[in-house]
Amino acid sequence: MPAAAAVSSVPDALGRFGRFGGRYVPETLSAALDQLEREYALARADQAFQAELDGLLAAFVGRPTPLLFAKRLTEYAGGAQIYFKREDLSHTGAHKINNTLGQGLLAIRMGKRRIIAETGAGQHGVATATACARFGLECVVYMGAEDVRRQAPNVRNMRFMGAEVRPVNTGSRTLRDAINEAMRDWMGSVDTTHYIIGSVVGPHPFPRIVRDFQSVIGRETVEQCRRQFGRLPDAVVACVGGGSNAAGMFHPFVDHPEVRLVGVEAGGRSGLPGDHAASLSYGSPGILHGSLSYVLQDQDGQTADVHSVSAGLDYPGVGPEHAYWHDTGRVEYTSVTDAEALDAFDLVARREGVLPALETSHALAWAASEAAKRPASEILVVCLSGRGDKDAAEIARLRGLAADGSGGAR
Amino acid sequence: MTPPDSGPTPLARLEAAFAAARSGGRKALAPFVTAGDPDPTTSVAVLEAVGRAGATLCELGVPYSDPIADGPVIQASYTRALTSGITLEHVFSIAREASSRVTMPILAMASYSLIFRRGIDRFVADARAAGLAGFVVPDLPLEESDDLDHACRTAGLALVRLVTPTTPPERAEAIARRSTGFLYCVAVAGVTGARTELPPGLLDRIAWLRTKTDVPILVGFGISSPDQVRAVAAVADGVIVGSALVRRIADSATERPDEMLAAVERFTGELAAACG
Repeated sequence: MPAAAAVSSVPDALGRFGRFGGRYVPETLSAALDQLEREYALARADQAFQAELDGLLAAFVGRPTPLLFAKRLTEYAGGAQIYFKREDLSHTGAHKINNTLGQGLLAIRMGKRRIIAETGAGQHGVATATACARFGLECVVYMGAEDVRRQAPNVRNMRFMGAEVRPVNTGSRTLRDAINEAMRDWMGSVDTTHYIIGSVVGPHPFPRIVRDFQSVIGRETVEQCRRQFGRLPDAVVACVGGGSNAAGMFHPFVDHPEVRLVGVEAGGRSGLPGDHAASLSYGSPGILHGSLSYVLQDQDGQTADVHSVSAGLDYPGVGPEHAYWHDTGRVEYTSVTDAEALDAFDLVARREGVLPALETSHALAWAASEAAKRPASEILVVCLSGRGDKDAAEIARLRGLAADGSGGAR
Repeated sequence: MTPPDSGPTPLARLEAAFAAARSGGRKALAPFVTAGDPDPTTSVAVLEAVGRAGATLCELGVPYSDPIADGPVIQASYTRALTSGITLEHVFSIAREASSRVTMPILAMASYSLIFRRGIDRFVADARAAGLAGFVVPDLPLEESDDLDHACRTAGLALVRLVTPTTPPERAEAIARRSTGFLYCVAVAGVTGARTELPPGLLDRIAWLRTKTDVPILVGFGISSPDQVRAVAAVADGVIVGSALVRRIADSATERPDEMLAAVERFTGELAAACG
């Protein structure tokens, strides 16, 4: 039986996107998730809340972010016209701030003055620290020790803004373990603390809330395309780890079936288990961090170790709405390797004067290769989710370059 | 499905164990140990040791890679077991071996991630075949539990529910109504692990729960000493002690298994004496 077509009016009251989503958490967290769900419903209906958030998105974040024609990349690809939705120009350098401001305001409404967050690449950690500094909230960020090492500039920036960064040394010492530790903190602090989860993952209502706050990306893109081209784009592409920039970009397009939507996962070193982080491409339905989605796991349901050159995509799960879009066929999911992403980083740096994040470089790699196969009349929008300053040192290290970028094998 | 074997269901055996403790004037002691920690053979010996020392029932922790309700001690035991290659097959075989040697009922403490992955019906059938009496599923709230509840009722296994300090009263009543075997009263808002003091209001909360359900109420999370056991057992029907025991297994497991088993038996005996 073919799956029913995807609709945008998900999740249902139990947080289900089709069969995915839900809330699989210890009872200790149930009351807080109920409270969050209630408060979010009130906030959505509250014009003052929306106005305050919109004001911050304009003056603090710098929205709307531009839609830029990538002229020299388009010439290089020799096919479809490539446009960048410039989330990298947002305050703090990535889309993550859209969500942390929204959830920060929700925390204040709930009377919770302490914020915890997990971070992989550090962009969500920085965005959370930023929102907390702006709102005067206490901030603790959990970050895998391996990610603390490879994303040092973001760690420093979080500390500059008064956040406490707690390195996590359990498990694989990456994003997944940071989420575990944040959840454990929340188990004991739930009366006074709000957990600002950074992606469209976790128990209901988080996947919906984060998607909604990130949907400003897609709404602006729809409007900008209509204004600049008089029509919607032919294709929209975004990278997918947990999947927040992709969910925010895609959701306003879901009910426009003529727009092709493509999510690009981290293909890592190879398609072998442990070598990649492509949950939708290689995973199976399972429960991780409170929701049912696609998970990279062994036959018993133990979470698998994963790998990506990009800390923000180095995650064995994916948001439940992506699982729903995957199974309904509304969004195509594919993967790009570490090497292809690094090449795309170079390409976009040299041809566009934009240093993209390594996460974003996965979407750019697919876009450059796909544009070459499509006619020049077509328009392809890439969600340029974040800037790559945080990755510069790690890229230099991977290539054996000196800290000033000189020398090395390449 | 094959018809259930003759004789009492696992749930009935669990209820009988509580009744026996009650008629002996004792409260129930439910130690928690991790399956396969430090290895499958020793794990069976640990279960035998706690059984000999007077445990009424035992919770067998099924190692999981991402246990968000657990503190460092139990997390580390899961990691040790998984690193040494423990799979669900090992866990069921440990349970089968132990339940042929001890009379106390053994329940599995298992993440719903593992149950979902194997499939509810298969997991429940495997558990029943391994002699397990039921489940505690720490990450399965009431709203998501209908399917497992149905499978457990059909198989005659207990599905123990948890109430916590953050559970609102009406919800606590609904949870208590659905709990079979016993009701797990979580002492603290937080993860598992020893605390030096009992949380304020715990004894009142237990007394209130007592008016809402007839199933035994067992208290766990943060209870680590005979004195704490005595205080809680005065109002509850029993206590669960996990991290304090798991830590003793970790401290001496690899070098001196015999000493470790003796320490486990001695400590469990002290806890059992506090239930008397």
